[in-house]
Amino acid sequence: MLDTSNRTEEIMKSVAIIGGGVAGMEAAARLSKCGHAVTIIERNEQLGGRLNQWHALFPARKPALPLLMSLKQGISDGVNVIINAHITGIEKNEDGFAIMLNKNRVVTANTLLLTTGFDIFEAERKEEYGYGIYDNVITSVDLEQVFRSGKPIQTAGGKTPKRIGFVHCVGSRDEKAGNLHCSKVCCVTAVKQAIEVKEMLPSSEVFLYYMDLRMFGRHFEELYKEAQFKHSIQFIRARLSEAFENPDGSLQIRIEDTLLAKPLKMSLDMLVLMVGIQPPKKAGNILDMLKLERDTDGFVLQEDQYVSPFKTKIPGLYCAGGVTGPKTIEETLTEARAVAAEISEYLGRRRINYAGQEQYVMEL
Amino acid sequence: MINFGYKIQADRQVDYDAGNHRIFDFVRKSEPSIDWCMSCGTCASACTASASTEYSLCRLILNARRGMEDEILKSVYRCRFCGKCINACPRGVNTRNIVYLMQLAVTKISKHEI
Amino acid sequence: MKFDLFVLPFTLGVIFLLGYLGYKYATWFRGLNKSDRSKVISGFFSVRLFRAVNEIIMESLLHRNIFRRNRLLGFMHMSLAFGWFLLIAIGNLESRVYEPTSMNLPYVPIFFKFFNANPDAFPLHRVFSFTMDLLLLLVLGGVALAFLKRFFSKAYGMKRTTRLMLGDRLALTTLWLIFPLRLLAESFTSAVYGGGDFLTGTFGSFLGSFLPAANLYYPAWWAYSLSLGVFFLALPFSRYMHIPTEVVLILSRHFGLAEHAERTPFTEVEINSCSRCGVCLDACQLSFAGGVQNIQSTYQLKSIRYNSIQPTESFGCNMCGRCDNVCPVGIDISGIRMITRNELNGKVPDVSFAEQSMPHAHKSDVIYFAGCMTHQTPSIKKAMVSLLETAGVNYWFMDEWGGLCCGRPMMLAGHKAQADIMIEKNRKLIIESGARILVTSCPICYKVFAKEYNLNIRVMHHTQYLLELAESHKIRPGHLAGNAVYHDPCELSRDIKVYEEPRKLLGKMVQVKSNEFEKDNALCCGNSLANLSADNDIRRKVTEDAYIKMNASGSQYLVTSCPMCKKAFEKVADVEVKDIAELVVRSMQKSRSPVKASGLKVAHPVEVIAG
Ligand code: SF4
Ligand code: SF4
Ligand code: SF4
Ligand code: SF4
Ligand code: SF4
Repeated sequence: MLDTSNRTEEIMKSVAIIGGGVAGMEAAARLSKCGHAVTIIERNEQLGGRLNQWHALFPARKPALPLLMSLKQGISDGVNVIINAHITGIEKNEDGFAIMLNKNRVVTANTLLLTTGFDIFEAERKEEYGYGIYDNVITSVDLEQVFRSGKPIQTAGGKTPKRIGFVHCVGSRDEKAGNLHCSKVCCVTAVKQAIEVKEMLPSSEVFLYYMDLRMFGRHFEELYKEAQFKHSIQFIRARLSEAFENPDGSLQIRIEDTLLAKPLKMSLDMLVLMVGIQPPKKAGNILDMLKLERDTDGFVLQEDQYVSPFKTKIPGLYCAGGVTGPKTIEETLTEARAVAAEISEYLGRRRINYAGQEQYVMEL
Repeated sequence: MINFGYKIQADRQVDYDAGNHRIFDFVRKSEPSIDWCMSCGTCASACTASASTEYSLCRLILNARRGMEDEILKSVYRCRFCGKCINACPRGVNTRNIVYLMQLAVTKISKHEI
Repeated sequence: MKFDLFVLPFTLGVIFLLGYLGYKYATWFRGLNKSDRSKVISGFFSVRLFRAVNEIIMESLLHRNIFRRNRLLGFMHMSLAFGWFLLIAIGNLESRVYEPTSMNLPYVPIFFKFFNANPDAFPLHRVFSFTMDLLLLLVLGGVALAFLKRFFSKAYGMKRTTRLMLGDRLALTTLWLIFPLRLLAESFTSAVYGGGDFLTGTFGSFLGSFLPAANLYYPAWWAYSLSLGVFFLALPFSRYMHIPTEVVLILSRHFGLAEHAERTPFTEVEINSCSRCGVCLDACQLSFAGGVQNIQSTYQLKSIRYNSIQPTESFGCNMCGRCDNVCPVGIDISGIRMITRNELNGKVPDVSFAEQSMPHAHKSDVIYFAGCMTHQTPSIKKAMVSLLETAGVNYWFMDEWGGLCCGRPMMLAGHKAQADIMIEKNRKLIIESGARILVTSCPICYKVFAKEYNLNIRVMHHTQYLLELAESHKIRPGHLAGNAVYHDPCELSRDIKVYEEPRKLLGKMVQVKSNEFEKDNALCCGNSLANLSADNDIRRKVTEDAYIKMNASGSQYLVTSCPMCKKAFEKVADVEVKDIAELVVRSMQKSRSPVKASGLKVAHPVEVIAG
């Protein structure tokens, strides 16, 4: 159903997207295809967000680069991108939003989409695990960088590690760290990374220390099984309390093997901390500028989790992706598409007829 | 050993029906955080006592939940109150108070107060 | 002989009180162990007696300590106690001067005006009656202040005032009545018979102008005597028992008595010496920051006295010692709390509880004992190890792999017997190593090593040891930009007073900013191990409040020397929170003086010794 009778004003409606990661790029591509003027405002030098830090994606272990390329391809035509942008203020007016940037730039838009993403838990805060103190304690993000670099996995002392442990839930499901929520992606990431380590170092032993294995997604369980039967990776239901350092820089850990109901000690050459996802801090001042309410877990409060998950209390302001909680890339992409459709609908609805009345127009 | 007036059956199953949950109920009344425990075992892995004695706070809480009083009695006095578990517990359970209240419950049971 | 029926209530009250006190004192004395008893006996014949008497005058009568804390409160206590004392003393003198011959029964000076309604005939009469009126006015002033305090405690700078029991109500009411009644009795008498000075005389003629003084003066004396009698009767069962007991406490303290691990008569004396002045309430962080209002010392002592102590009251205190520090009576509240905790636990069923995984002793000059908590702050542990390595110390890292506990947490939890077993085992190990110095990073461990282990070697906290290493140039702390606020951990302050070493060491690296809440007035970080009951919410409130009070925001660092404090403040601080050892390492790295890496030394050496 296309309403042509009143279709006289063909002004382009504009969307500003803060955050040029997976969600922002995908939403931009879709919105741009729908004929809106889209501007991505990105804090960093390059687009792509967290995807830049990743080597391969679970569960299929597809490389991250092609996805990044295709996302970039999607916005190559007609999307306005501002990088190295620092937002100094945001104003809400009748027409939409005015976003003030450094170098006295202003972006105006009818709608604003927040895809500022999440933060990664600072592993130093879990001091007892020794990140930043013991040389052979690294995070899952560090390990992914090693994979990306194509270099061999080595201990700080330049040796090939024989035993590597992965600690689940670092900074997640931990009220002492201020995050009660589960980060959702790190269980399967740990399994993925463990397999990758085993493929690079087939003679090494790999252990995962988990509280619960949350293999909820499609093909996740298969990945778990693959880790077991192909790679003999050991899964120990335990949570680490602290790590010790041996004279040679290797590590000694003590855990409670909760299934055996006994403490267990073992030495490791390398400890990988599965750092969690937490509400944005750096992007937090943007949320504060907009006076966006936070949910109990610190992520942005959705208008309604089921009915209108992308809407906020402010008309014309949408959120998607990691800013409303931990998500897989798959989910983030899906959200990006959905939010694009919703924004289009909202912009379409605001078209104005001759008589100056607001009129509902269905998008094609 | 304190005689609680019944025996755990020779059968090695945990007999939930035969268990007595008064220790759990007693602790829970003044320390509701016992309910927050998710049996992750972090307390036990931090524990100063557990390396050398048959003691695990994580298990102790489960024993109390399941009503296994004999098991509680076997280990509840082995805690050193060092407090590492409090720092470690990801759920913010007030662990030492739980141990203390379990000890108190045992004393009260022996005096027939609960 | 001067006598009237109305003196009976007073006289019986006094006889009862003296009898009761005599009995109490005797029981206490008999309950002392031999050595304490001989201390008391020899104390009476030594110079200590004079010192004690001096303190009794300064404290029991003049209330100098309360005065120092709170002028108004001090004045209230002083005017009541000292005023009353002088009334009695000068009253006695007066009655002796006037009637040197007659038998001077105790009630005569008390009711002097009744028996000598118009003493105009006596020499010095003006001086005496003026003085007595002045003193009465002083005491009445005190009563008025006490009265106001119950209703407007804020005006005294006190946020809370203590709660009352039945005996207290009776004693308090009669105490409030005694002096107004005396004023009435004396005023009416003067209205009828003349005499009386600026107070009783004036007030008498005022009252007499519209009241039938001749009919009222006798009942007024009855009422006065009754109120005295009832007060003396209620006194032993009220908080006013502190008046006669504090004297005993001061004497015993000067004679060298102190709290032991178990309850002694000295404990009873201390418990009964609490005047419930409430000074401790306002010092307590759990009260003003944590919102906990049932664990404070005065409540605690009261519950112990009336045998109604609840475990939650006893185990819900931080044992920070801030209340000990301000208590004007100088009660060893922490000592009593420890005793109570042990009593509440009672005897533990026979289970082997004190198994430790004991490492083998290593011959060394220095033992380093990190402490349980330090294992959860590996940066402190690592800093210490690299400093020891850098200084070339021949040391043994005794609890390198954890699993060893110093015993103090167990003591704090009221399990002294079990703690002693652990202490003995550790002690053997320490002696076996032949070390001359024991260094620990944990103030909790430090305290127990220093106070309970009876070691013949030097026990040092790492703040002290690192200072020594720095002063002998074995390590060379450098300069760091900015300034730091130093937080005194409870276990290093008040009781043990390790104040100068950390500040001196810190001063070599940064500018140390002082604040009101340091040293004896230091605040508990909220993470206290001694507190079993407090939940995270209470702890956090205490931490936040302490952090704000120390005013560290805007400095470069908040420095402390306890892993627990560090962990607590890290959660709330907006500045870097560092242990002093970490800061030393950082300052050395910054100034490029060599720091050795810290690979730990010994392989995991656990052998379980059960029992
Ligand atoms: S996904 Fe797994 S590792 Fe990550 S927080 Fe949840 S349970 Fe922990
Ligand atoms: S307080 Fe008790 S249960 Fe907790 S770590 Fe220490 S010994 Fe273990
Ligand atoms: S650490 Fe806390 S949640 Fe985990 S088992 Fe212990 S008490 Fe329960
Ligand atoms: S304990 Fe000390 S400070 Fe507290 S009320 Fe008693 S006498 Fe006063
Ligand atoms: S020791 Fe500290 S926490 Fe306990 S009552 Fe005294 S001031 Fe309060």
